[in-house]
Amino acid sequence: MNYVGIDIGSTASKVVVRGDKDMHFVLPTGWSSKETTMLIKERLKTDGIDVESKDTKVIATGYGRVAVDFAHKVITEITCHARGGRELAGGDCTIIDVGGQDTKIIQVQNGVVTDFLMNDKCSAGTGKFLEIMANRLGITLDELFELAKQGEIIPISSLCTVFAESEVISYIGEGRPREDIAAGVIESVVMKVTQLAQRQTLAETVILTGGLSHSTYFTSRLSEKLRKYVMPTEFGRFAGALGAAYLAQEKQ
Amino acid sequence: MADYHKMWESLGMDLDLHDQLCEVLPQAFGDVYLSQENRPEGMDYFNFVVSEIHGVRPAELIEHQKKGGKVFGTFCVYVPDEIVFAADAIATGLCGGSQFWVPGGEKVLPKNTCPLIKASVGARLDRTCPFFRIADMYVGETTCDGKKKAWEILAEDVPVHVMDLPQMKRAKDIKAWAEEIEDFKNVVEQFTGNEITVEKLAASIRLINDKRKALARLYDLRKNEKLPISGKDALLVSQIAFYDDPVRFTNMTNELCDELDKRVKDGVSVFPEGTKRIMLTGTPLSIPNWKLHNLVETSGGVVVCEEMCTGTRYFENLVDETKNTMEEQIMALSERYMHINCACFTPNTGRIDDILRLAKEYQVDGIIDVNLKFCGLYDTEGYHVEKAMKEAGIPVLGIETDYTDSDAQQLRTRISAFIEMLNN
Repeated sequence: MNYVGIDIGSTASKVVVRGDKDMHFVLPTGWSSKETTMLIKERLKTDGIDVESKDTKVIATGYGRVAVDFAHKVITEITCHARGGRELAGGDCTIIDVGGQDTKIIQVQNGVVTDFLMNDKCSAGTGKFLEIMANRLGITLDELFELAKQGEIIPISSLCTVFAESEVISYIGEGRPREDIAAGVIESVVMKVTQLAQRQTLAETVILTGGLSHSTYFTSRLSEKLRKYVMPTEFGRFAGALGAAYLAQEKQ
Repeated sequence: MADYHKMWESLGMDLDLHDQLCEVLPQAFGDVYLSQENRPEGMDYFNFVVSEIHGVRPAELIEHQKKGGKVFGTFCVYVPDEIVFAADAIATGLCGGSQFWVPGGEKVLPKNTCPLIKASVGARLDRTCPFFRIADMYVGETTCDGKKKAWEILAEDVPVHVMDLPQMKRAKDIKAWAEEIEDFKNVVEQFTGNEITVEKLAASIRLINDKRKALARLYDLRKNEKLPISGKDALLVSQIAFYDDPVRFTNMTNELCDELDKRVKDGVSVFPEGTKRIMLTGTPLSIPNWKLHNLVETSGGVVVCEEMCTGTRYFENLVDETKNTMEEQIMALSERYMHINCACFTPNTGRIDDILRLAKEYQVDGIIDVNLKFCGLYDTEGYHVEKAMKEAGIPVLGIETDYTDSDAQQLRTRISAFIEMLNN
């Protein structure tokens, strides 16, 4: 048997396979969840996994979850993250998931969600914000983090991505170092994530998932602001897909 | 729908703009309502009222005016309909539940005004709501800052009477509200030219109590484990209560309840066993705002109760019918209305008690605390609601939203995740 978890995020689509095969991969979601879903199906096929066979169980999650027409079940990314997060944290935890278009704080006990918070529909405090700002600075996301480490944080106070972009533009106009602007941009996300997380009581173990989960710079800034250690996770961007793969096995 | 263009034209409405609204409503109603399975037959009447919402009832109101009667447009569950009906006048709700009207309101109001106020003002200024056009007088109240200032804008071409609602619940506040009701009685008497006698007020108190009893009966049926009616349908009945003729509404609601009683006896349920029972608390859902009920009931849950102005706050508690002097009657009215627990009061612990009680009565699995965007009062009170529910071990999800569909997918994720959490 193979248990496949597919997490169609707004930016990246993640796949985890457990069972006879053990694999994972990520694809950009692009403009069409449907097309990405087809690509995933083909990619799995070349690796010997037929999603339509009796020996495969698929659970889809993420904002594009309904596009996965061959999924046996569709579960929200919040439930899947909780299941995956338990594996990554090794037990009860609070998950801070900074995604491409939303940020979630999820409380996990015994592998299930006991409470969660999600930001309102706004890109501030999400990966999208960083993406837009990196574009504005003419660099990649990885470069943004590298630059930030060498910079002094300058304040970006606007609560709105569009206005924050204007602030960045005026800093560029003033000739401020890119390092400082990069540090300011990341700090802005750190502050917004902190505001959301502080609305809940955090567990002993706090982990970061989502596309930024491997960034130790980001987790150290978050840890300082939250006054609580936030653990980076190498496999964190796969948390939802991993959880979906586990649930494919458990939710018979 | 019958053709009401002539009537709308004589009301001075913007026909082109209003036609756009008439085009989208049937589609929305079909998607949300008619797609449901196993609906009670008694809902046919309410379907009909919605399909003719800007036609059949407005035509009745105009008939009433032709006979010399007056129509009062009201916005809030604190305004005592009893006074209006006792003067042989009619009280009706006004428009305010659709995004369609919001841009019209934004022409004059600050962006950070709640959608209910924006939509009401927009419906009035854009001339796309027959109820606003028909009403001879609007009756406002001081339940929030946004409304207080909106009355001043609405008063530019229609008389507005504003009732000053106290914001605390001490004995002197209940007395003050009785005085406001007395003042309102004088205004209504003068405006209609009809005297409100003890007998007439007593009859009117019974009339509105009967309507409350019918709604309470409907809501009681939702306490059953097997649900004879969906949350969406019950909400629709609650919403129509604000507009319909009270006698007819009471009869039709009781008829619906007779059918539902039989369903309960026969063990009929419109949802499968184990469907998670959700109570919505917070800001009102004016017609045609069906967004949250639709999301919940298409995401594995069912709405069993609304602790809202379009819900329990509208019908709970009756006015004492045994009083036989005007002074006592007015005091009885004040006491009943001051039992409503709105977030504009401080402190407002009664509301927390209500929610805890309702959660038990309706066997609720989880609560969604709803806040219309920019309603600072309910938003802030959400802190205490969440805290109290968590202490009582009742899962709660806080949601802030408006009338647009732009957040529908994100809300669906949250609501689905909440229901998945309840299923664990």
